[in-house]
Amino acid sequence: MNFVVNILALGVPFSVALLLASLGEMVNQRAGIFNLGCEGIMAMGAFLGILIPYAAGHGGATPEIFNIAGLAAATGAGALLGLFFAVAVVTFRSPQGIAGIGLQMFGVGTAGTLFRHFVGGTQSVPGIGSAPIPILSKIPILGPICFSHNVLVYGTFLLVPALWYVLFKTPWGLRVRAVGTFPRAADSMGIKVNRVRYEALALGGAMAGLAGAYLSLCQAKMFSDSMIAGRGFIAVALVYFGHWNPVSIMGGALLFSLAQSLQLAIQGQGINFPYEFAVMLPYIMVIGVLAFSRKNQHIRPADLGKPFNREMRI
Amino acid sequence: MTKGFKIGYRFMIIVLAVLAAMLLAAVVLVAIGADVFNTYRVILTEPLKSVSLISEVVIRAVPLTIIALGISVAYRSGIINIGAEGQMAMGILAATGTALLMPDLPSPALLPLTLLAGCMGGCLWGFIPGFLKARLEVSELLSTVMLNYIAAQCYTFCLRGPMLDPAELTMGSGTPQSMRLTRNIWLDRIIPGTRLHTGLFIALILGAAIFLLLWKTSFGYKMRAAGAQERAARYGGINVPAYLIISISISGALAGLAGAVEIAGVHRRAIEGITGGYGFSGIVVALFGGLHPGGIIPAAFFFGLLIVGADMTQRMAGVPANMVQVLQGIIILIIVAAKMIIANPYLMERTWRRYAGLFKKEIA
Repeated sequence: MNFVVNILALGVPFSVALLLASLGEMVNQRAGIFNLGCEGIMAMGAFLGILIPYAAGHGGATPEIFNIAGLAAATGAGALLGLFFAVAVVTFRSPQGIAGIGLQMFGVGTAGTLFRHFVGGTQSVPGIGSAPIPILSKIPILGPICFSHNVLVYGTFLLVPALWYVLFKTPWGLRVRAVGTFPRAADSMGIKVNRVRYEALALGGAMAGLAGAYLSLCQAKMFSDSMIAGRGFIAVALVYFGHWNPVSIMGGALLFSLAQSLQLAIQGQGINFPYEFAVMLPYIMVIGVLAFSRKNQHIRPADLGKPFNREMRI
Repeated sequence: MTKGFKIGYRFMIIVLAVLAAMLLAAVVLVAIGADVFNTYRVILTEPLKSVSLISEVVIRAVPLTIIALGISVAYRSGIINIGAEGQMAMGILAATGTALLMPDLPSPALLPLTLLAGCMGGCLWGFIPGFLKARLEVSELLSTVMLNYIAAQCYTFCLRGPMLDPAELTMGSGTPQSMRLTRNIWLDRIIPGTRLHTGLFIALILGAAIFLLLWKTSFGYKMRAAGAQERAARYGGINVPAYLIISISISGALAGLAGAVEIAGVHRRAIEGITGGYGFSGIVVALFGGLHPGGIIPAAFFFGLLIVGADMTQRMAGVPANMVQVLQGIIILIIVAAKMIIANPYLMERTWRRYAGLFKKEIA
């Protein structure tokens, strides 16, 4: 029993980075943009998130305000990179898959370059500690699983219903879905298609940046070039797996992170299994998940990946 | 519209694209407080100052050419192969395994066998995403990236386990690398005193072969048709899924071969980090070279220059070598955007209307 609770309590915070990035990617894809550069934005977010607390405290204790500044910087930079990507794929209508790879290389490369200049070697920061909710965290079983994490964990899980509401119950959400499904009709109704896509990319980028900062500030409490380790791409795959729906995406993110914490727990039990194969597991899972969710291809936003050109006749 | 205007328009866009790329990279350079012009000067001219440095550039251009040729075959067939990094790693594993298993075979038999093994290893790693896309509609963008990570783990596992140099165990230093491979698989060095090897000729021959395959055979025509307009190709009786699988398998085989050439020519053993981003740089080279062997070979040389130059900026200008990745990312984004602008007839029309008066005066 204790073992299971431990796995769950470990898995929930693991899922946050994936979930945040994946929700952002979902907003992008709902607006018709396939953003494969998520990984690059996360890398920049992870670096900027740690830069400010590190510069302020040089690894020592820092007032909470610097951590918040780090998160804000990561979110802002993510939004900027999202807009940068929008210039390439919305205004210039570049093919989105290959442009996304460009953004990924740009983000990871820039984060690595700046990191070497401003920080140097492996430096850890105190990061953001957990903040158990006073009474609720005392509940047996449920307490450690749901109510004894840091603020970002609660915030991210609250974001799931919030985003569902925004996407399906507000005019802006309707516009986002319209430009991703049938931009020409949206255009004829007076919706500025490219503008909505810019907004969606900024929001998605901001969330990916925050996801990166969560990884560096809350989870690893340090930065390294390879720390994102494909989570950006897994987030893109989770959007397919989760039917472009926030709630299903949350399920997918939890499934992945529970698998990860289970693997860590099994290793902790001293069962001998080559480490490399354990690390491989999530990537194999992604391929499996994509292979078995092929039917989802038919319910995706109809104009996903297609640039919109007002002047082009059909 | 006059012909002169069209050419001038395209030329201006290319110039603007280059300027935009350099400006974007300059933003990053300024952020780390580096001297922008000095950095560009070091990257672009320092590696050309001695024979041994030029040979280092060419050494990097060899795998880049082979990988980019493969990526362009896949790209032209409508499948974007981001998995060259993993395919190269699997090629290296297969080639190293072959060389370790049969060290006593004579060179004329073992060398081709090793290179073939490298091809097969990469081919397998290219076949998987091709099959997944053709049969199960799995996006190759995601599956190839995932296979990169899986291959990287396989690679470290083999180097730390089955293929580990026995000497490392007795010495106890534990560097994850294979033992020095038998002399029978070595590719000869062309210029004594440098590491330039005969793999260069393999790359050049492959360039010609890929050109012939894509533009002078019906097989290549069908691959390009499948990539250019899938529905039309299907209607024309081309088995598009089959060509998809074949093209990415060829792409993987070439990446694997690049890995085999790299160990046979340069390192002569499998070491960690041997792929070093070649797979991703290959994508940039393929796009930069216009997805055509005639452009890819000079493009590979240019990016070899960038890689060597970036290593030198680390020492000479204090700019981390990661800068090359920044440049490559920017170049991809700029190339794809510039291509779309050039291909946009409406924009050209509008520019012509706005500036037509200007041109006519010049003509008159």
